[in-house]
Amino acid sequence: MRKLKYREAIGEATVQCMKADPRIVLAGQNVDDHKGGHGTTTDAFRVFGPSRVLDIPNSENAVAGIAVGAASMGMRPLVVHARADFMFLAMDGLINLAAKWRYMYGDKGGVPVVMRGIVGRGWGQGATHSQNLHSVFGHFPGLYVATPASPADAKGLLVSALRNETPVVLLENRGLYEIEGEVPENPEPVPFGKGRIVRTGSDVTIVAASLMVQEAERAAGLLAEQAISAEVVDVRSIRPLDEAIICTSVAKTGRLVVADTSWARYGLAAEVAAVVAENVHGALLGPVRRVTLPDSPAPVSWPLEEAFHPNARTIAAACLDVLGGDPTLPMREMTDITAGFVGPY
Amino acid sequence: MESGKRLLREMVRIRCVEEVLADLYRDEQEMRTPTHFSIGQEAVAVGVCAAAGPDDVAYCGHRSHGPYLAKGGDLRAMVAELYGKATGCAGGRGGSVHLTSPDTGFIGATAILAESISLAVGAGWAFALEGAPRVAITFFGDGAAEEGAFHEALNFAATQRAPVLFVCENNGYSISSPLRARQPYGTTIWERARGYGMASRQLDGNDVFAVHAAAREAVEWCRDGRGPYFLELRTYRWREHVGPNWDYDEGYRTKAELDSWMERCPIKVAAAGLSAAHPDIDEEVAGWRREFRQEVLDAVTAAKADPFPAVADLLQGAYES
Repeated sequence: MRKLKYREAIGEATVQCMKADPRIVLAGQNVDDHKGGHGTTTDAFRVFGPSRVLDIPNSENAVAGIAVGAASMGMRPLVVHARADFMFLAMDGLINLAAKWRYMYGDKGGVPVVMRGIVGRGWGQGATHSQNLHSVFGHFPGLYVATPASPADAKGLLVSALRNETPVVLLENRGLYEIEGEVPENPEPVPFGKGRIVRTGSDVTIVAASLMVQEAERAAGLLAEQAISAEVVDVRSIRPLDEAIICTSVAKTGRLVVADTSWARYGLAAEVAAVVAENVHGALLGPVRRVTLPDSPAPVSWPLEEAFHPNARTIAAACLDVLGGDPTLPMREMTDITAGFVGPY
Repeated sequence: MESGKRLLREMVRIRCVEEVLADLYRDEQEMRTPTHFSIGQEAVAVGVCAAAGPDDVAYCGHRSHGPYLAKGGDLRAMVAELYGKATGCAGGRGGSVHLTSPDTGFIGATAILAESISLAVGAGWAFALEGAPRVAITFFGDGAAEEGAFHEALNFAATQRAPVLFVCENNGYSISSPLRARQPYGTTIWERARGYGMASRQLDGNDVFAVHAAAREAVEWCRDGRGPYFLELRTYRWREHVGPNWDYDEGYRTKAELDSWMERCPIKVAAAGLSAAHPDIDEEVAGWRREFRQEVLDAVTAAKADPFPAVADLLQGAYES
């Protein structure tokens, strides 16, 4: 199969879906400029022009409601946020309107708004340009929330989002944008609520989301060098969460490490641990470990930033820990996934 | 029936509905939903909705009964919604602040200030993209004009020349806070809209004939592709912000102020305007009152007999089924 970069897969899905469905309109700040949403909106603007690919004012709050209003009249707005952190400004429209619309108006129809949020990663993005908000959005009934971790899923989940009747939040980690992978040429939907076994294993289960899926895969490689077999589960969507794939894996391995790009408290890692505790607690042979961000806002300074983000080595160390091994065991150095990235951003 | 009488009759209907419901709300304690009565403000909803066509749509804020009924919403479904019944317009999931009647173009009422503004701009944007000769109307209060989304949405609508009629129902109070405490002295809401480059007017919101004439002009303006239009309509809420009671003795306003506005009751004003051509208009209004009182009492009887939603359906509508 041919390969695409993650960002190219998003761009291709957008164009294919917009061709198939004239109700889709793409809106975001600077989606029509020379950078085109890090290359994800360039082709759409070239093909469909400014009426369907709209450069919008800096009005995240109203635009969320505007998107819902347009959806209530049959449109399918796809709103792009160049930094997911700005989606805090869109919370009213997204949470109070989009997520609740079908329910609070008596199940007469939904408002199929899709919001993409790009999560900054590296290069000193800092406290307010690098937050991973999937647990925040995942809290609310009425939304689908997904964190594609591969180019194929970046395409397939966007295709699903643009075809279904439920509002969707897609959070894309910028650190994944240059990653290449096999992507089907046709717009094949990847369903929400179906996780993916990235790598099979028998000693420990690593459940991961977004960029941490890539790190978990590399962690599994490190562990294999020590004859430890790790199974890596990519949850793909945060809501609905594929509880079955998580529980089945933990029932098999008896050990669980959850790796997330966000904080531990009240987050995805806590949710996954709760799902396991509720459903397969008898299978656990040891404590659950959460590999998450330290409990501070994101720093800027280079060495602090490197220490801030979990990576393959910290995930592998957590696996050794739950297996009763020595988590301080020396492991070979690994280059950060985003190491090739150069500024200005 | 001639247009003037139709406008008056519709106002009388909304007044009767709300007066009957307010009494029952207070006495029965069975309508368990925060309810914002619009008694005294009927001319806004009636004058504007009468100017709209069947394909035009409306969104409004929490004071929703007037716009819902004026845009053709079914009375029985509204009453059932207030009683939390399965036959309610939102199946008992929305309550007074989330009335909806998509079939008649009343898309939804919203409970968070300024949401109705963004929603209507989105609908207007959709109409502009489709080239549809339709207009989106938003009803909101003076309080919503302080929200960030108000300014963002006006900016967006003006930039996109979206066919949106903004109707600011300025009743002078946000709950108990007077306008002077919330907005700069010497400024007006309608002039702020003009600052975004859109057509904008202020007029007496208790004169249904003036409201209707201005709204007709505004709707045609929008329909002709000339961009959005803003109307600030000055009016007054008689009852408390939320609930069925009078609150003129609570300290934030005076009985004299209320009385001065009751003197300018939109129904009284309209009837006086029609009396020269229709000397027996007051008797006619009295007849309508009896008719509508019975209509709402029948709707109440029916709603009470209706079933509550099944608990087994608690989750219905959270997601597409």
